[in-house]
Amino acid sequence: MAHERLLPRQYMILGLVAVCAPLGDTCLSRGMTGMPAISMAHPATLIAAVFTPWIAFGIALLIAFFASYLTALSWADLTYVLPATAFGNVIVALLARFWLQEPISLERWAGIALITVGVGFVAHGPSLTERPEATPTTRPASQVAEEQPQ
Amino acid sequence: MTIPSPASPTGLWTAAGMIAAIVLCSTTGEVLTAAAMKSVGDLDAIRAHSGLKGAVRAVLTCPLFFAGVGFLALAFFSLLFALNHLNLSLVAPASASLTLVTNAIAGKFFLKENVDRRRWTAAVLVCIGVYLLAH
Repeated sequence: MAHERLLPRQYMILGLVAVCAPLGDTCLSRGMTGMPAISMAHPATLIAAVFTPWIAFGIALLIAFFASYLTALSWADLTYVLPATAFGNVIVALLARFWLQEPISLERWAGIALITVGVGFVAHGPSLTERPEATPTTRPASQVAEEQPQ
Repeated sequence: MTIPSPASPTGLWTAAGMIAAIVLCSTTGEVLTAAAMKSVGDLDAIRAHSGLKGAVRAVLTCPLFFAGVGFLALAFFSLLFALNHLNLSLVAPASASLTLVTNAIAGKFFLKENVDRRRWTAAVLVCIGVYLLAH
């Protein structure tokens, strides 16, 4: 059955995909930049980094992203999920502008507008390609008649 | 196309090859993972019927899933390798936006998805948008 419209729960899963990946990356970046430089001579430091709060939280968010992404792929097309979840890039840019007070160039505002329009385009279409249903084998009328009790 | 001051001088073709490797591995990984999840079926329905353990078991017993994850891991290491030679401002937007287009093509030909005009337009708009945003 083709899912013409998604359920609110399914939109929530797509929202989780969009939000968890960029937030997870941001947490990893925040955690790694706050650490002293790690050299290849001491790889154990990298393992210790996993247990610092920011990186552990980042990993938890990325696990949540992958679980939501797999769930979304089980009921929607890949060509629907990828553009629809690209809205996460916009969320990160807006957080950077209004939370971190980072300036956003005109070029980036244009990028935000294009992604928003693109997501709107794909989100209004069907989420899953309609496949022909497996039709039950139709037996010839003569065969059916032979099976009738006399 | 100019390569913005890489850490070590890298030729145009070498840079293109590194980005192509990321895009190719990423697209293969995404397509295999999507095919795996389609063969598994609706995870929400499986979870409602067999619980979370049943859903996890359904995913982990699908060989296509591991092939997909393997290619996604290759894409990650290709990205790390490329970042060692090229600037993030080139690699991130180029690979992210190109992957959207190659996924649309792969989705149409390998997954037989109905990539209509609406989806092509969305893929191209998002592709340009990601490039502008990350540039």
